Amino acid sequence: MNLNATDLCLTVDGVDHLNNVTATFRPGRLHTVIGRTMAGKTTLLRALAGLQKVDSGSLTLAGADFLKTPVWRRDTAMVYQQFINYPHLNVFDNVAFPLKRARLSRDEIRRRVRQALASVGLADFEKRKPAQLSGGQQQRVAMARALARGTGILLLDEPLANLDYKLREQLRDEFKALFSDQGDAIVIYTTTEPAEAMMLGDVVLVMHEGRILQTGTPQEVFERPATTTVASIVNDPPMNIFAGRLEGGQVTVAGFQATHVSAHLADLPDGAYQFGLRATDVSLASSGVEGEVTYVEISGSETFVHVVVGETPFVVQIEGIHDLALGDLVKLRLRPDRLFAFDEQGALVRTPSYDLVSVEGR
Amino acid sequence: MAQLDIVDVGHAYAPGAEEERWALKPLQLTFESGKTYALVGPSGCGKTTLLNILSGLVRPSRGRVLFDGVDVTALPTKARNIAQVFQFPVIYKSMTVYDNLAFPLRCRRWDKARIDAKVRQVAEALDLHDRLGQPARGLTADDKQLISLGRGLVRDDVAAVLMDEPLTVIDPQLKHSLRRRIREITEQFRPTVIYVTHDQYEAMSFAQELLVMKDGRAVQQGTPEQLFEAPSSTYVGYFIGSPAMNFLTLDRGDGPFALGGRPLSVAWDVPRGTTEVQVGVRPEYVKIVTDPGPNTFPGRLRSVSDHGAQRVLEVEVAGQPVRVKRPREDGVPVREEVLVQLPRAKVLPYADGKLVLRS
Repeated sequence: MNLNATDLCLTVDGVDHLNNVTATFRPGRLHTVIGRTMAGKTTLLRALAGLQKVDSGSLTLAGADFLKTPVWRRDTAMVYQQFINYPHLNVFDNVAFPLKRARLSRDEIRRRVRQALASVGLADFEKRKPAQLSGGQQQRVAMARALARGTGILLLDEPLANLDYKLREQLRDEFKALFSDQGDAIVIYTTTEPAEAMMLGDVVLVMHEGRILQTGTPQEVFERPATTTVASIVNDPPMNIFAGRLEGGQVTVAGFQATHVSAHLADLPDGAYQFGLRATDVSLASSGVEGEVTYVEISGSETFVHVVVGETPFVVQIEGIHDLALGDLVKLRLRPDRLFAFDEQGALVRTPSYDLVSVEGR
Repeated sequence: MAQLDIVDVGHAYAPGAEEERWALKPLQLTFESGKTYALVGPSGCGKTTLLNILSGLVRPSRGRVLFDGVDVTALPTKARNIAQVFQFPVIYKSMTVYDNLAFPLRCRRWDKARIDAKVRQVAEALDLHDRLGQPARGLTADDKQLISLGRGLVRDDVAAVLMDEPLTVIDPQLKHSLRRRIREITEQFRPTVIYVTHDQYEAMSFAQELLVMKDGRAVQQGTPEQLFEAPSSTYVGYFIGSPAMNFLTLDRGDGPFALGGRPLSVAWDVPRGTTEVQVGVRPEYVKIVTDPGPNTFPGRLRSVSDHGAQRVLEVEVAGQPVRVKRPREDGVPVREEVLVQLPRAKVLPYADGKLVLRS
């Protein structure tokens, strides 16, 4: 019962919303689609649900043409970023609404609604009106409504985007357990957040400007990003990408002292490359190349320090909360053993080889 | 810019309510001149009530509000000389960007040359200098919010800038850059800023000091670093940091501190006996080690969550869950049995949900 999209295209006013999207969505798997705002994620979900016509391409479910299936027969449920509940109905009736329309028996409705509400932790909230619920609870109601229908395809469009981070943290954990309970449903979940895509996804699809750039397990896309664009999208903060050269056993990066090339890059031919380095692999040091702090962000338990060296911007991630003022001068050190090498067009040439092994603790 | 003092201020929306039910329990606060503060907490925590008391929209049931020592408690908003930025941009749509920025100065009858110089200076900082002649209605929501802020900054004498969730209507992708702009601008002009938000990231990235509020009380005031390193309550430990701080209940009894029958060496002393002692330790500071040593405890690996550059392991120690956050390069333990180390200097004591420190 795979859902297969082949070469889906949609152009609106000369802008590609879907550009030859080809993907296979499998039952019992959670697929996360990660991309920035406007990458085409919502359009893709709407096309799968039949809410958006495409210009060309095909869509099949278990081999049958899905594009010709009318919306109401598509067996899909969708949860939106901006949670939608009926304000005049209580929680029970909100969840029951589509089931009543489907003319299920009263007992069956009650059974399904109760089960769905229990699974999102709202068993005791049946009688409340949406306005009496917090944002997180309202999103859970919307989620329960989608789950209760028991559809074969569950589409979730950035369901946590409008919640604050403590709630996102909590719901992510809950969703993980919830989705592993959905049996054979095909679940497709869009997000702009790398950690969310990694945590929840069995399969991650990286989307940019209407195209699927890479599909793989979370580990594959994170450790072997096919292009600089993928590397930037799947890392938060985005991976640092900068131009450099390999020459006579040395790595040179504008503004930095040449360093001895690490083993993993040693056999690459000399020439110009784009290098990638995660924010965790750049550090503030007592010696190194000087740069100016342009911005400091705090993200839960980490500090992201934005630094400009010459013309090149870097983001440095340090554990814990640190106070740095804009305009401070700091010294940067790059870890040569962690460099990703891309060619000048941005295609992956070599990855650092550290994280594919499991170790006994450290 | 002014120093704002909140002296024994409390507020109840329902007259005669008992203090326990007040929207804002009586409190004492000082907002220093030229600093940025964020009021942060879940909805209903009292942060907006406090902001409205500062702006004069709400007259507190008790206490006094001082701006540079002058009692303004009875003064209406317009007499307080504050600038406000709301959730939704408030601009004059029919006016140009220039006239929007100049408006508050014209109302104050500044002369033309002085207005012009000031408007251009602020427009430069807002990056709107090349759009001064444009009608404001054509701007995007984030630029409109910058104008709202700019209208406060043009006035040299403004006592404070009050912002109420100013990023609410901004596209997620632009939130980051607008927050950055607001911070750059406030660092340049150094107004006293009080910024209300329910988003911890936003508060920590923006403000020099945070005031965490809950149930109408100010739970803790401090720099982001202070709140992270030494949360004054288990609530702040949960609210600040991701994942939340771990809290472990120690063995009861009069002897030395112990967890699951094994000694826990700590850098402080607290009275034992009647109250249950919990220790708090951040997931960033817990270590997985290979060899037994001081403060190591056997645990069982329950789950591994891959966040990308880090993994979060959940380990059960003495029957209690402990989260461990570690760099990806440290890999995943191969066996279910692991040794967890709680570094002595990073373990803090809590009783009845409050930090109790006596070194």
